[in-house]
Amino acid sequence: MIRNGIEIEDTFAEAFGMNATRLVITALDHRWARIAAETMTGFATSVIACGAEAGIEAEMAPEQTPDGRPGISVLLFAMSGKELEKQVERRVGQCVLTCPTTAIFSGIASEKPVPLGKNLRFFGDGYQISKQIDGRRYWRVPVMDGEFLCEELTARVGAVGGGNFLVLARTQTQALAACERAVAAIRALPNVLLPFPGGIARSGSKVGSKYKALMASTNDAFCPTLRGLSPSSQLGSEVGAVLEIVINGLTEDDVRQATRTGIEAVCTLGADSGVLRISAGNYGGKLGQYHFHLRELMA
Amino acid sequence: MSALTLRLRECPRQRIDLSGFTSDALAGKSLADIQALPLWVGNRQMPAGDLFIIHGHDSDHIRIESESDRLDGIGSGMTRGSIRIQGHAGAYLGRGMRGGEIQVEGDASLFAGTGMTGGLLRIGGNAGDFLGAAIPGERRGLRGGRIEVRGNAGERVGDRQRRGMILIAGNAGDYCGSRMGAGTILVLGQTGANVGFAMRRGTILLTSAPELPPTFNDNGPQDLSVLTLLAKSLPSPFDQIGERGTRVQRWLGDLGHGGQGEVLAWPPLT
Repeated sequence: MIRNGIEIEDTFAEAFGMNATRLVITALDHRWARIAAETMTGFATSVIACGAEAGIEAEMAPEQTPDGRPGISVLLFAMSGKELEKQVERRVGQCVLTCPTTAIFSGIASEKPVPLGKNLRFFGDGYQISKQIDGRRYWRVPVMDGEFLCEELTARVGAVGGGNFLVLARTQTQALAACERAVAAIRALPNVLLPFPGGIARSGSKVGSKYKALMASTNDAFCPTLRGLSPSSQLGSEVGAVLEIVINGLTEDDVRQATRTGIEAVCTLGADSGVLRISAGNYGGKLGQYHFHLRELMA
Repeated sequence: MSALTLRLRECPRQRIDLSGFTSDALAGKSLADIQALPLWVGNRQMPAGDLFIIHGHDSDHIRIESESDRLDGIGSGMTRGSIRIQGHAGAYLGRGMRGGEIQVEGDASLFAGTGMTGGLLRIGGNAGDFLGAAIPGERRGLRGGRIEVRGNAGERVGDRQRRGMILIAGNAGDYCGSRMGAGTILVLGQTGANVGFAMRRGTILLTSAPELPPTFNDNGPQDLSVLTLLAKSLPSPFDQIGERGTRVQRWLGDLGHGGQGEVLAWPPLT
């Protein structure tokens, strides 16, 4: 399949089931809400070592937030409900509770609760105040700039993580420019998260390693410096760089839509942009329960 | 199906106990069964059909037409359904209510909403003393749900309240929120003496300066964003507090009882 001179490879992305939640952080202004959100979602690129994959979903106008202040919605993904609970509590406790003027609320509903302020309230040392409003419990924790207001519980939903596509280009600059365009298009969509720095990953990985202690190692099939050395290299002589966009979404459809939007954004650049091919990462279809076939998506 | 309607035949000289007339108790009963139900009138029992003209079939929606204030215990312990009272209600309206909705167009007498743990109680007129309070011998008043009063309320509103919300559009009498342990009381009008007397925790929201016991400390002006959440959740006319902003004068007390209760008052509108 060729789109605007760019080849869409006959392959598929393989994704996994995850647990996710959405949190709404509000503050005196958008700047402080963003500072809290960025701090809270820092060091959250991959569950392999960060415990969670997290990032900013969207900016929210005051009329969209529970307390009528400027806000940011944040998505957090983890491999298990228990790990998600741990990550929410740690990250909110260290990064939002501490940030001037902030408050935090649940941004998602489900039958599966995740503690938000339930344990953080004990920071109030007995001076914390509970308020039940419309069937939801909120905690008012006294802090030095007034009160930290947080909802007692958020919720978790089943989600999809690890959707991806690879952009193969003649040069590193060209691959990066194309990916940046894809990231801008995907970030306009709701319910999706691009967990890697700037939404782009350069260190795509394969399962396993020659070193027994490592679960994953570099994806030698797409490393241009291993062309002619690695027996599994999939790069022709014209490919100078490959970058990957990893997509987590609240549903399979969200990941599908985001993948399509991203690839379309790259393809509109045309072959003159230096982009040669779109591929995807998978593990032979044996590990992940979700498969996103690129040609089916783009048909 | 039309609502089950009870019209009082004549104003009783003694009080009638209507606590058995709830959707839960009447479910599955025929009109004849309902007319035969014995009701306490003073110290004797009479069939409901002798006291009321009863028609309709839908016991999930009960309508009571009465100008008497001697119908006690309406909606006691109800868990579902709705009761609409065209006229006035007697004492113990919605006592121990756990769910559903009661709406009174006129006034309610003493002890309305006492022991309530859920549901919605709307009083279009005035409410008597001990609204949402603990009756003598009980350790807790309102424990959940919401009480809305469009008129005034008497003394001891929310005495020993433990949870839930009491909203009063008019004035409240003396000792509003006394011995309160948690929950929220909002009074849009004036309050009487000793607001929050012996309260341990909980929130009393006012739009005028309170007359507090001396055992309250001034906490100064505070910006509380929880007030925005609260205002958004309230029906008209109580939602008008949203226009007053989030900056309130705050007092903490009763210091003789832990002092973790709060009385909040917005400055007068200019």
